[in-house]
Amino acid sequence: MNFSEVFKLSNLLCKFSPDGKYLASCVQYRLVVRDASTLQILQLYTCLDQIQHIEWSADSLFILCALYRRGLVQVWSLEQPDWHCKIDEGSAGLVASCWSPDGRHILNTTEFHLRITVWSLCTKSVSYIKYPKACQQGITFTRDGRYLALAERRDCRDHVSIFVCSDWQLLRHFETDTQDLAGIEWAPNGCVLAAWDTCLEYKILLYSLDGRLLSTYCAYEWSLGIKSVAWSPSSQFLAVGSYDGKVRVLNHVTWKLLAELGHPAAVSSPSTVVYREAEKSPPLALGRLAFPPPRAPAGPRATTESKYEIATVPASLRTLKPTADRANPRMGIGALAFSLDNYFLATRSDSIPSAVWIWDVRKLRLFVVLEQLSAVRSFRWDPRQPRLAICTGGSQVYLWSPAGCVSVQVPGEGDFQVLSLCWHPSGDSLALLSKDHFCLCFLEAEEGVGTALGQQDDHT
Amino acid sequence: MGDWMTVTDPGLTSESKNISQYTSETKMSPSSLYSQQVLCSSIPLSKNVHSFFSAFCTEENIEQSISYLDQELTTFGFPSLYEESQGKETKRKLNVVAVLNCMNELLVLQRKNLLAQENVETQNLKLGSDMDHLQNCYAKLKEQLETSRREVIGLQERDRQLQCKNRNLHQLLKNEKDEVQKLQNIIASRATQYNHDMKRKEREYNKLKERLHQLVMNKKDKKIAMEVLNYVGRADGKRGSWRTGKTEARNEDEMYKILLNDYEYRQKQILMENAELKKVLQQMKKEMISLLSPQKQKPRERADDSTGTVISDVEEDGGELSRENIWDLSCETVREQLTNSIRKQWRILKSHVEKLDNQVSKVHLEGFNDEDVISRQDHEQETEKLELEIQQCKEMIKTQQQLLQQQLATACDDDTTSLLRDCYLLEEKERLKEEWSLFKEQKKNFEKERRSFTEAAIRLGLERKAFEEERASWLKQQFLNMTTFDHQNSENVKLFSAFSGSPDRDNPVVHSRPRQKKPHSVSSGSPVCTSKLAKSLPASPSTSDFCQTRSCASEHSSVSVLNITPEETKPNQVGRECTNQKWNPASRPGSQEGRSSGCSATFTNSHIEKDGLP
Repeated sequence: MNFSEVFKLSNLLCKFSPDGKYLASCVQYRLVVRDASTLQILQLYTCLDQIQHIEWSADSLFILCALYRRGLVQVWSLEQPDWHCKIDEGSAGLVASCWSPDGRHILNTTEFHLRITVWSLCTKSVSYIKYPKACQQGITFTRDGRYLALAERRDCRDHVSIFVCSDWQLLRHFETDTQDLAGIEWAPNGCVLAAWDTCLEYKILLYSLDGRLLSTYCAYEWSLGIKSVAWSPSSQFLAVGSYDGKVRVLNHVTWKLLAELGHPAAVSSPSTVVYREAEKSPPLALGRLAFPPPRAPAGPRATTESKYEIATVPASLRTLKPTADRANPRMGIGALAFSLDNYFLATRSDSIPSAVWIWDVRKLRLFVVLEQLSAVRSFRWDPRQPRLAICTGGSQVYLWSPAGCVSVQVPGEGDFQVLSLCWHPSGDSLALLSKDHFCLCFLEAEEGVGTALGQQDDHT
Repeated sequence: MGDWMTVTDPGLTSESKNISQYTSETKMSPSSLYSQQVLCSSIPLSKNVHSFFSAFCTEENIEQSISYLDQELTTFGFPSLYEESQGKETKRKLNVVAVLNCMNELLVLQRKNLLAQENVETQNLKLGSDMDHLQNCYAKLKEQLETSRREVIGLQERDRQLQCKNRNLHQLLKNEKDEVQKLQNIIASRATQYNHDMKRKEREYNKLKERLHQLVMNKKDKKIAMEVLNYVGRADGKRGSWRTGKTEARNEDEMYKILLNDYEYRQKQILMENAELKKVLQQMKKEMISLLSPQKQKPRERADDSTGTVISDVEEDGGELSRENIWDLSCETVREQLTNSIRKQWRILKSHVEKLDNQVSKVHLEGFNDEDVISRQDHEQETEKLELEIQQCKEMIKTQQQLLQQQLATACDDDTTSLLRDCYLLEEKERLKEEWSLFKEQKKNFEKERRSFTEAAIRLGLERKAFEEERASWLKQQFLNMTTFDHQNSENVKLFSAFSGSPDRDNPVVHSRPRQKKPHSVSSGSPVCTSKLAKSLPASPSTSDFCQTRSCASEHSSVSVLNITPEETKPNQVGRECTNQKWNPASRPGSQEGRSSGCSATFTNSHIEKDGLP
C-alpha cells in the first residue's frame, strides 16, 4: 500500500472523474484537475469565488463548480480549456446544483426551493420545474439516466413527478400517501421508486415507473421512523434503517419483510467475528530512552498506530446514550450501504457510533463487527470488490474484506485526520480527505480488477 | 379446660382425700383413728401395734376395752365377742373363739386392705404419670396453638397489608390509566392543532413563495442568465427534438418497454428458479420412490396390505409423470397431481418410519423372549451340510447292505450259516460292546458339539437382531436427516439394501418354533423306536462304519425335524416319518436310530442289555 504526497484541499472537495482518468480538487477558488494515476496537474481553473460544490459530468468532459454564496455555477471543459460557461441565478439564489445524467444539462435549485432551473449546454433553452420539495433527498435519477423523479409539494400534499431526461417532459405525476415526504430513491434497475415519510412516521412506499403504488410497508407506529434507506445493487433488496436501531430488509417480489437486523450493544452470536481496534504501544528501544523523558510530540494528538484484535464473542460495544430531549437524537441506523456484489451490507448504528456492522446478505445474519476507537465518520464500499474503507477522523484508514481487516496509518509529518474518503472507480486507489489536505492511497492491484468505467457507490 | 383442671389438679384431689379422712375421724373414736393410721402406714406395723395396744388397753380397763371392741365390731358386722347370755343380769363372758375369729378375720381384712392399698397406690402412680404426660402434651399443644394463632394473626395482618397495597396499586393504575388517556387526548388534540397550524403556515409559506417567485422571476432579471462561449453538442450527437404529442407517446412507449423488459427479466428469473425447484422436487420424488420400492415388494406379497396398493398407485403416478414429461407444464392439474403424489409418498414414508420406530420398540420390549432365534442363512447352511452328510451315509448304508447280502448269498448252508452267525455273533458281540462304549463317547461328543452349535446359532441370532435394531434406528436417523436430496447414489444404494434386509427379520422366528418343539417329538417317538432298534442293530458289519452311519443319521433326523413346518403337529410328524421310511428303505434303520440318539443314554444302555440277553 502506497501513499501519495499530501495536496492542499478545501471544503473536502475532491472527486475522481467517472471514467477514472482524472481527479478534481478544489483549493479555495481554484479547481485543480490531475491525472488520477500520476497526479500531475493537467488543468487549473480559476473561479470567481470560493467553490462550494463540484461535480463531474457523467462523460467526464465537464466539471461543474457551484458558488452558492454568489448564486453562480461555473462549468469547465476538460477538452477545451478555454471554453467556459457561467450560469447566474441572480436574485433567486442557489442552494443546490447538479448535472443531469446526459452531462449537457444542469439543474439548479433556487433558494427557498422556489423552482428548479434546467439549463442546457446544447441549446439556449431553459426549463423550469416549480414546487420542488425541500427535503432530504428530493431529486433522483435512474441509473440509466433516462428518468428523473422529483419530490414536490403542492397544496400541502406530497407529489412525485417523473420526467424524461432527454427532453424534460413530464411522464407521470402522482400524489404520495405521506405526511411529509422525506426522500425518494430509484431502484438500480430504474423500475421501482422508493419513497419514505418523515422520521415521525415509519412508512415506506414503493411505486412503479408508471406511477402505480406497488406496496406500502410500515414496521411500527408511534415512534421515530426511517432514518436511512439503501437499495441493493441488484434491486433485489431494500434495506431500511430506522430509529429503533434495526435494519429491515424487504424483498423485491412481495415487498414483504425478509429480515430484521437488530444492532444490540452485546454481540453474542458465536458465528460473528468482532474486530476491535486497539492502540499499538510504540516499540520502546532501550537506547532511545532518554532521561528526562522528552516532551510529548507536537500536535493535538500523538499519532499512535493501531491494530485490530479479535474480541471474544460475547462482546459488548461502547454505546452512546442518546439525549431524548433534543431533535435528531443520536440513535437509529444512520448509514447503510450494500457492497457492489450484493453479498454484504454495512451499517452503522448512531447509538453505537464506533462500530460498523457487516451483514452477510446471503444468510441474512451478522457477519463481522468492527469496533473502532473513535466514532465512524464514513465508510464506503470498493466499487469493484467486497472491500470496505472506513474513516473515523483519526490518522488511520481502515480496510475490511472477507479475508480480514487492517488499520493503515497515513504517513506524513503532522497529523492527517481522515474525515472523508472516496474510491477510484477502478478500486485501485482511495482518496483520503482531511480538513485541508488530501492524499491518495494506492492499493495493490488484485486479480479481477479492471479499469472499465464504473459508477461510485455513494449511498453512505 | 375447666373440666380438665378439676379432674387433674393434684392439690384439689389431696384436699378431697383429707376431707374424706376428716369425715371418717368424726365418726370414729380417737382410738379407731389410730387404728386407721396404722392401716395407712403399714411398714412399721408390729411395733406400733405393741405400743398401741399397751396404750389402749391396761389392766384396769380390760372390761371397757372389750366392751368397746365388741361394740365396734358388732357395728362393723362381726359377731359379738361375748357369749350369748341367757340372763340379762348375768355378766356376759368373753368368747375367746369369737375373739380369735374376729382377730383372724380382721387380719385377713387387713391384708386385703393392704393389697388393695398397694394396688391403688400403683394405680395412682400410673395415673399420676399419665396425667403428667397428658399435662405435658397439653402444654405443648397449647404452645402450638398459641404459635399457630400468632402465625394466623401475622398472616392475616400481612394479607391485609397486601390487600391494602393492592388496592393502592389498583388506584394508582387507574390513575395512571386515566392520565394516559388524558395525555393521549392531549397528544391527539395537539397533533390536530399542530397539523392545522402546519397547514396554515404552509399555505402562508406557499403564498409567500408564490409572491417571491413573481417578484423575483417577473422582474426581467438581467442577472439570471447563462454565459456560454459556445454551445456544445449533445452527448449522443443528436439534436434536440421538438416537444410534440409524438414524443410524448414515444416516451410512454419507452417507459412501458422498460417496465416490460423488467417484468420479463423477472419472469425469466422466476421461471428459472421454478425450473430448478422442480428439478429438486423431481429428484426428491425419485429418491422417495426408489426408497420406498424395496419395501413395496413385501406389502405386495401380503395382498391385504393397504400401503402396498398406495405405493403401487404412487409409482404409477410417478411413472406417468416422468414418462409424459409434464414437468414443464405448470398448469394447475399437474401441480395438484404432483402435490398429491408427494403428499402420499410423504405419508407412506412417515408411516414407514413410524413402523420402524415400532419395530425398534417392539424388539426392545420382546427382549430375550425369543432367545433361540436362528437366522435363515445359518439354517440353510446347516441343512445343506447335513443333507450332504445324509447322502454320504445313505451311500454307505447301501454298500453295507450289498456286502451283507453278498455274505448271505455266499453262506448257502443253513447250519453253517447259523454256526457262522453264532460265532460271528459271539465275536461280534464282544466287539460290539467295545464299539458301543466308543460310540457312546462319540455320541456324547457329538451332543456337545451340537449344543455348542445351537448356542452359537442363538448368539448369532441375537447379534443379528441387535444389528437389525441398530440398522433400523440408523435408518430412521438417516431418513430424518435426509433433507437434501442430491446425495450420492451410493448412499442410497446402501439405504435400500438395508431396507431390503429388514423383511428377513420375521423368518428366524418362524424357524425357531420347530426347533423348540424338537425335544417333544423326540421323546414321544423314542419308545416306539427302541424296540425296532434292538432288532436292526446287530446287522452292521464294521464298527467304524456303523458309527458314521449313526452320526449321519442322527443329523438327518435333526434336519427332518428342522424342516417341519410350524403347522405340523406331533401326530403328523410320526406319519411323515413313516412315509420317509417307505420312500427310502435304506435310511430306515438310520433314521430310527437317530431318533433314539436324541433320547438319553439310559435308553441306549437298555438296548444293549436287551441285546445281551438272547
